[in-house]
Amino acid sequence: MRWPLTRFLPEHSHINFVRLSPFAAVLSVLAVVASIAALATVGLKLGIDFKGGTVIEAVTPGPAPLGQYRAALSSMGVRDPQVQGFGSPSDALLKFQPVGADPSAAVNAVNGVKAGLQARFPGVAFPSTEVVGPKVSGELFRSGFLALAIAILLMLAYIGFRFGLQQGLGAILAIFHDVLLTIGLLSALQIEFSMTSIAALLTVIGYSMNEKVITFDRLRENLHKYRRTPLADVINLSENERLSRTIITGATALLALGGMLFLSGPSLFPLAFTMVFGILIGTYSSIYVALPVLLVWGVKRGEDEATSTSATARP
Amino acid sequence: MIQPRLWKIALVTAALLFGVVFTLPNLLPEGALPGFMPNQKLNLGLDLQGGSYLLYEVDTDALKQEQMTNLVEDVRRTLQDAGITFSGLGQAKGGVSVRITDPAKVDAALDAVSKLAQPVGNTPIKDLTFVRAPDQSIEIQQTPQAFQASVAKAVDQTIEIINRRIDALGTREPSITRQGTNRIVIEAAGLSDPEKLKAVIGKTAKLTFQMVDDAVPPADVAAGHVPPEDMVLPSDDHISETYVLQRRPVVTGEMLVSAQQGFDENGQPDINFRFNSQGARRFGDATTQNIGKKFAIVLDGRVIEAPRINGAITTGSGQITGNFTDDSASQLALLLRSGALPAQLKVDEQRTVGAELGADAVRSGTIALAIGAGAIVVFIVLAYGLFGLFAAAALAINVLLIVAFMSMTQATLTLPGIAGLILTLAVAVDANVLIYERMRDEARAGRSLILAIDSGYRLAWPSIMDANVTTLISAAIMFQFGSGPVKGFAWTLSIGVLTSVFTAILVTQVLIGWWFNFAKPKKLPI
Repeated sequence: MRWPLTRFLPEHSHINFVRLSPFAAVLSVLAVVASIAALATVGLKLGIDFKGGTVIEAVTPGPAPLGQYRAALSSMGVRDPQVQGFGSPSDALLKFQPVGADPSAAVNAVNGVKAGLQARFPGVAFPSTEVVGPKVSGELFRSGFLALAIAILLMLAYIGFRFGLQQGLGAILAIFHDVLLTIGLLSALQIEFSMTSIAALLTVIGYSMNEKVITFDRLRENLHKYRRTPLADVINLSENERLSRTIITGATALLALGGMLFLSGPSLFPLAFTMVFGILIGTYSSIYVALPVLLVWGVKRGEDEATSTSATARP
Repeated sequence: MIQPRLWKIALVTAALLFGVVFTLPNLLPEGALPGFMPNQKLNLGLDLQGGSYLLYEVDTDALKQEQMTNLVEDVRRTLQDAGITFSGLGQAKGGVSVRITDPAKVDAALDAVSKLAQPVGNTPIKDLTFVRAPDQSIEIQQTPQAFQASVAKAVDQTIEIINRRIDALGTREPSITRQGTNRIVIEAAGLSDPEKLKAVIGKTAKLTFQMVDDAVPPADVAAGHVPPEDMVLPSDDHISETYVLQRRPVVTGEMLVSAQQGFDENGQPDINFRFNSQGARRFGDATTQNIGKKFAIVLDGRVIEAPRINGAITTGSGQITGNFTDDSASQLALLLRSGALPAQLKVDEQRTVGAELGADAVRSGTIALAIGAGAIVVFIVLAYGLFGLFAAAALAINVLLIVAFMSMTQATLTLPGIAGLILTLAVAVDANVLIYERMRDEARAGRSLILAIDSGYRLAWPSIMDANVTTLISAAIMFQFGSGPVKGFAWTLSIGVLTSVFTAILVTQVLIGWWFNFAKPKKLPI
C-alpha cells in the first residue's frame, strides 16, 4: 500500500478558483455565442431518425467504390444521395431521400435501389437498412427535444427543492450552458445528431447535475460551518476540499468512456463523443457557471437556512 | 458499525448468490444447467442480434373515408326505403350531406336517417349527429368518440389478424405490440430479410364479390359518367379494361369459412373457397337471379377475374382462378383465411440489421466494456490502494447484479445500453470516491480511525442519494420518450443506478469491516 495516488495529491490545495471566474465567464459567453452561431449557420447534422430518409450500409468484397455508388444512386433517381466511407475500407453508408412523400413507397423503393446496386456491383451485401418516414421522424424530433426540456425542468425542481432557489438557478444556467455547448460542438464538427444523441445529452445532463449536487452539498456544509467567512472564500475552500474527488471521478469516467471513443467503431462514436465532452463541460460548469451565479446573486445564509438544511441533510 | 452487522453480510451474500445464479445461463452452454435453475439469457436488442423492426400505421384517413362511403350508401338505402326523394347526396365537410326534395318530408327524412345512429360501446354517446341545415338539407357527422372507438377497434383487429397470418406462416414468432393510438410495432429477431413478412402483413386482403353493371355504355365510363350506385375498378393485370361494378357487394371475404390453394383442370394454381351459410345463400340468390350476367371477384380494389354466371351456384363453394403462381395462390389463400385488415397498413419505419453486423456490435461493445471496466479498476486501485481493491470488488458484484437483473427481467440490452453500462460503472465508483474522500477528511480532522470510517459512509450518503436521483430522473424521461435502443439505454442506466448504490455502500462496508477486524490497522490506509 505504498502506491495509492491519494498520497501524491496534495492534502490541502489552495487554488483560488474564484479569482479565475471573470475570465471563465468571458470564455463561457464566447463559447455560448460561438455555439449559437454554429447552430444558426451550419446547423445540426440530423440523422435519419430526425430527418427521415433511407440509410443502407453496403459492403463490397474489395474497397468500397464510393464515387461509383454516388453515380449509381443518382442514375436511379433518388433525391439528395450521399455516400460516405464507414468503418473498414470496404464499408460504405448510402443515404438518400425517397421521391414522393408516401412512406410505404419509400420502403418499397429501397428494395428497388438494392436490386439496382446488386446488378451494378456484383457481390455487394447490405448488412443493415433503415428507412424512416417523414411523419415518424418529425415525431421523434419533437419528442426528443420535449424529453430534454422536461429533464431540465425536473432537475431544476429537484435542485430547488433540495438546496434553494439560487442554487436551482445556478444549476439550470449551467445545464443550459452544457447542453448548448455540446450541441454547438456537434454542429460545428458536423457529428450526426440522432435519437442516441438525445440519450447522450440526457446522460450529460444527469452527470452534470450529479456534479452540481456534489458541489452544492459541500458548499452548504461549509456555509454552515463558517458563517462569517466571505462567500468567495467558502467557495474556494469547498472546491479545494473536493478537488481530489473531482479529479479521481472525472478521470475514471473519462478513462472508461475514452476506451469506447476509440475502440467501439463508428456506430457508438457520436454517443461516446457526446458523453466524454459532457463530462468535461459538466465539471467545468459546476465550478465556473453554477457557483459564480451564486456569487453574483448571493445566497441565503440566515439562521433559518442553516437550521433547515441541517435538518434535511444531516438526519 | 465497524464490525459488519449480520444482516449486512447476509444481504450481500444473498445478492451475490442471486447475481451468480441469474448470470450463469449467459456463460454456460445451453442445457448445461439443471432444469430448476433459471435459464434466461440476456435479451439482446435487434441491433446486437440482428433482425427487423417494422413500424406500421393504420391508415385512419382511409378508415374514415371508408366509413363515410358506407354511410352515404346507408343514407341512400334508408331514404329510398322510406320513399323520400332527395338530391345532392354525398360527402361534405368531413361528413355526409343530403338535400330533401320535398320540404314537407324533411322531418320524416330526419327521423328515418336518425335510426342509423348507434351507441358508442357501452356509453350513452351516439356515433352520429344529425343537423337540419337550411335549404332542406340534412348534415350527418360522425362524433369524435365514435371515430376514436373505431380506430381502436381497427388496431385491435389488425393486431389479431396479423397474429393469425404470422402463425399460419410458421416462422419464428415476431413480437407484435401496439404503439400510441394507431401504430403497430413488429420486431422479428434474427430475420434480416423482412420482405416475406411484409408481404404477409401489409396486404389488406379485402375480398368482395360484386355484380358487373353491363348497362353503362363504355363511352360514359370514359367520360366519368357512372350512376351513383356504381363504381369503376381496374383489373388486376394492370393492362386490360376497367370494370363498372355495383357498389354494394354480394358477398364479402368475412363470409368465407375456408380458402385453400388448389389446381384447376388445366393444372393452374387456383384458390378453392367455401362460404358460410349467409354467404352461400346470398351468392346462391345472386347467381340464380343473374344468369348470363357477369360478376367480379375484387381483391384490394382490383378485379382479379369477372366470370359469366352460367347457372345458379348454390353449393356455397367455388374457385378463384387468377394469374397465380403456386406461391401467390397459397399466400392469398392464407390471407383470405386469416381475414382482411379493417384498414390499410402503411410502413412508416423499417430497420434491418444483419446477424453478422449484430455480432460485430456485440464484439465491439464487449471490448469497450472490458476496456472501460479495466480502466476503472486500474485507476481506482492506483488511487486508493487496498480500499480501491474493495471498490473494484464492489464493482465486479455490481456488474454481476446488473447482468442478473437484466437476464431475469428480460430487459433488452442494446448497443447504447452497453455505453450506459460503462457510464454506470464510472458513476458507481464515484460513490466510493465520495465515501473515501469523506473518510480522509474526517481522519485529517483528527477523528479516530473507526469514527472516520463510520462518518465517511454517513456523511457521503446524502450526496450519493442526490446524485443518483438525478440520474434516475433522466433515465425515467428517456424511458418515457425514447425509441427502442434509447429505452434499452435508460433501462440499463436505471438498473445500474440501483445496484450500484447497493454495492458501493454495502459491499465495501462489509469488506472494510472484515479487513478492520483482521488487520487491526492503526491509521487509515488512504
